[in-house]
Amino acid sequence: MNSGIDWQAISLSVRLAVVVVSILLVAGVPLAWWLTFRRRQWSFLIEAVVALPLVLPPSVLGFYLLVAMGSNSVLGRTWAAITGHPLAFTFEALVLASLLYSLPFVVQPVAAAFAQVDRTLLEASATLGRSDMQTFLRVILPLSRDGILAAAVLGFAHTLGEFGVVLMVGGNIPGVTRTVSLSVYDQVQSFEFDAANRTALLLLGFSLLALAAVYGLLRRPWAVSATP
Amino acid sequence: MTLTASIRTRLSPQFTLDTSLVAPPGITILFGASGSGKSTLLRAIAGLTTPDAGRIAVGDRVLFDASATVNLPPQQRHVGYVFQHLALFPHLSARRNLMYGLHGTSKNEQHARVDDIARRFHIDALLDRKPGALSGGERQRVALARALVTDPQILLLDEPLSALDHATQSRIIDDLRAWNAAHKIPVLYVTHAHREVFALGERVVVLNDGRILASGTPHDVINLPAHEAIAQLAGFENVFPAVVVSRRTDRGVMQCALGDSRTDLEVPLGVADVGASLRIAVRAGDILLATDAPRGLSARNQLPGTLLGLAAEGTRVIATVLAGERFTVHLTTGAVETLGLHAGMPVWIVLKTHSCHIVSLS
Repeated sequence: MNSGIDWQAISLSVRLAVVVVSILLVAGVPLAWWLTFRRRQWSFLIEAVVALPLVLPPSVLGFYLLVAMGSNSVLGRTWAAITGHPLAFTFEALVLASLLYSLPFVVQPVAAAFAQVDRTLLEASATLGRSDMQTFLRVILPLSRDGILAAAVLGFAHTLGEFGVVLMVGGNIPGVTRTVSLSVYDQVQSFEFDAANRTALLLLGFSLLALAAVYGLLRRPWAVSATP
Repeated sequence: MTLTASIRTRLSPQFTLDTSLVAPPGITILFGASGSGKSTLLRAIAGLTTPDAGRIAVGDRVLFDASATVNLPPQQRHVGYVFQHLALFPHLSARRNLMYGLHGTSKNEQHARVDDIARRFHIDALLDRKPGALSGGERQRVALARALVTDPQILLLDEPLSALDHATQSRIIDDLRAWNAAHKIPVLYVTHAHREVFALGERVVVLNDGRILASGTPHDVINLPAHEAIAQLAGFENVFPAVVVSRRTDRGVMQCALGDSRTDLEVPLGVADVGASLRIAVRAGDILLATDAPRGLSARNQLPGTLLGLAAEGTRVIATVLAGERFTVHLTTGAVETLGLHAGMPVWIVLKTHSCHIVSLS
């Protein structure tokens, strides 16, 4: 770490964020659709569970995840039986923890975007003979593009920046579970302020650039809306 | 093919839609105030809402039958629907909007059909634009064309022209008529504007409080309203309670006392005995105002009164006159200037017998 910048941790963090956001988009978009368009009386319970990481201290979530992944738990034993090694303190454990932790940051913007779609457009689609699935792909998704993009950026940034959960279930192992936020923390702990500054600055610059790019691109060409 | 829709659906403890509607090919106007159940009826026919009971069919094809538990989804009903706010897809060009309902055929065929309907509705030059770049009238045409390009078996229009100026309205109505002449399907046209009723309809069905109040030609139903609710819907600004004082069967007229005012009006003879209570409806545009006692006029009703006030509404002036009852009178700006009308001055109200319409209490 003579250069000061912990490239290993940065690449690990980016890899983690890409994997987590990809899985969250695949799983979160249908969940958001269900929460918006197929509400049941008990939907609020699901919403509460999804939103839990927003209010829970990361160390609390991390602690329970660690317990759930332990070699005495059902999940831990099943994982060990299938893969041959324990789940805790692995990259997979980080992915699993980050999925839960970043879930609301993806589901909520997507659900909010879906809720913005004018319901009569969906009725119009039905009277024009299109199925619910086709309506989703041809009307709901394109009209929610901005919300989905925002969800991806928020999910990415949030996964990149998480600290408490990652520390609890990952254990800060270089090259395996040491993310960039842990690396900065370590550098500060060992008084390597210059190195910490370089890593932190890189992260800051990247985050700002990514957000600026997204908000710059978020432009609705149909902003002059057709609905009077 | 004829549309028949007999449905019953309870929308709230106070409001039940209970109608039996028959719409043959051609334009049928569904007329009623907002909240009368017009839109709910259209939505039930399109399958966007499920009624509690009843049956909806187009010809022999049953779309909904509560007793046989038939309830086709909107996708299978072959109904063209033009929504009040049009519901054009904002992210698609006009052409893509039109093609949206044409699936299952080749792209070439889809383009050919879109081009054909676009010519009929005069939007062929606009097909590459998105709805946000179209004017109100153009969007209306695109919405109509989108509903019709799929060759629906019935067309449902929910106040589609209400936001447009009259000239644009009548041009679109002409195109719709021309299309309907070639494609003889039932067209249900919902409106609460009485002007549209005359511009469009061969038939009008009046809906009030979830029930059908009357149906027939616009002239019979709207111009000679038999119910007070219709008179009010149809824009009769003056509706007065009255009592029959005397009848002249030989002359075809009767005298009625207006309200408590003891002002008498001569009205056409109706089936009401002396002493019976009824209501008299008069259009504000059918009343004349005079500044002196009129002489040598055929009009049988000339009532002295006081001009209470004048209010400008566009190029028209609305005068309120107290002549026993409070009358609303429509005047031109020119008439107000020439006569030097001002609030407080004495005036005479002049009213032809046949401008007075007897409506029953309902």
